[in-house]
Amino acid sequence: MTHAAATVDQMQPPFPAERGLDVYNKKLGMWVFLASEVMFFAALIGTYVILRFGATGEWAKPGIVLNIKITAFNTFLLICSSVSMVKAYAAIQDGDPKKMRFWLLMTILGGATFVGIQVYEYIHLVEHGFVPSGVREGSELAALVANGTLPAATMGLYGSTFFTMTGFHGFHVTCGVISMAYLYFTKALPGKYSKQDYGGIETVGLYWHFVDLVWIILFTIVYLI
Amino acid sequence: METAHKRPNYILIWVYLAVLTAAELALAFELPISRNLKLLLLLFLAVWKAALVGLFFMHLKFERWNLRIMAIIPLPLAVIFILAGMSEHIW
Repeated sequence: MTHAAATVDQMQPPFPAERGLDVYNKKLGMWVFLASEVMFFAALIGTYVILRFGATGEWAKPGIVLNIKITAFNTFLLICSSVSMVKAYAAIQDGDPKKMRFWLLMTILGGATFVGIQVYEYIHLVEHGFVPSGVREGSELAALVANGTLPAATMGLYGSTFFTMTGFHGFHVTCGVISMAYLYFTKALPGKYSKQDYGGIETVGLYWHFVDLVWIILFTIVYLI
Repeated sequence: METAHKRPNYILIWVYLAVLTAAELALAFELPISRNLKLLLLLFLAVWKAALVGLFFMHLKFERWNLRIMAIIPLPLAVIFILAGMSEHIW
């Protein structure tokens, strides 16, 4: 029995597992969901690539419409929250629920701050005239379109693809924050997680890292290219 | 439960991700290189960062092969899906 316990993989908490895959059900369910999410974001990214590189006119150069500095900070924040999530996972694996609660709380705060900054960015963009349909007439950006700094022909596509992709990602981050907050208050605070039972932390962690991974790709293709 | 593999150094991965993000910013706005080369390098850096997150934070590097396959299968499908769309509308 002692020998059997010593050879158990740390990724295999003693929960009901699917035969063959030998992964506990909650985790397998999350991986299947993430596989479907890959296709969801592939559709968004694919549409963006087709619209951008298939467009007849030039695309707005990076840094003119969007605030790169604040988004770069937001990217760094999401990376930090991914680290804090994996630290929470490692802490509960080591049987330290106090440390796990601390890192989980840091992750929730990091995610909430990311969403807050994104909302601030949206408000700022709309104030300057960048809207999902393109550029608002009479705005600061409309003047840049008029003097040729921004291309008139593709601003509508730019606006709709930008807000669709970053909006759906922001929705995913919001869902992640709500899920983590739910686990924090209903499971982590009452001390329901232990060295033997941490499936919820691992499962929500997988989702959170996936959201971070998607942002890494989106940040490059939307803000830097 | 005992750990069946050595735990990765998460802080080191975090440092890699931070440095790669800084490199992306420098590449995008500071380096005077051709647009196509810049695009290729930026995509390479993004895939590198995504791989670090997947392999070490999502622990794919240490998972069983069957779960790894399940995680990887949608990626080529997504690429085929995007290339199919591009072939119709761009090329």
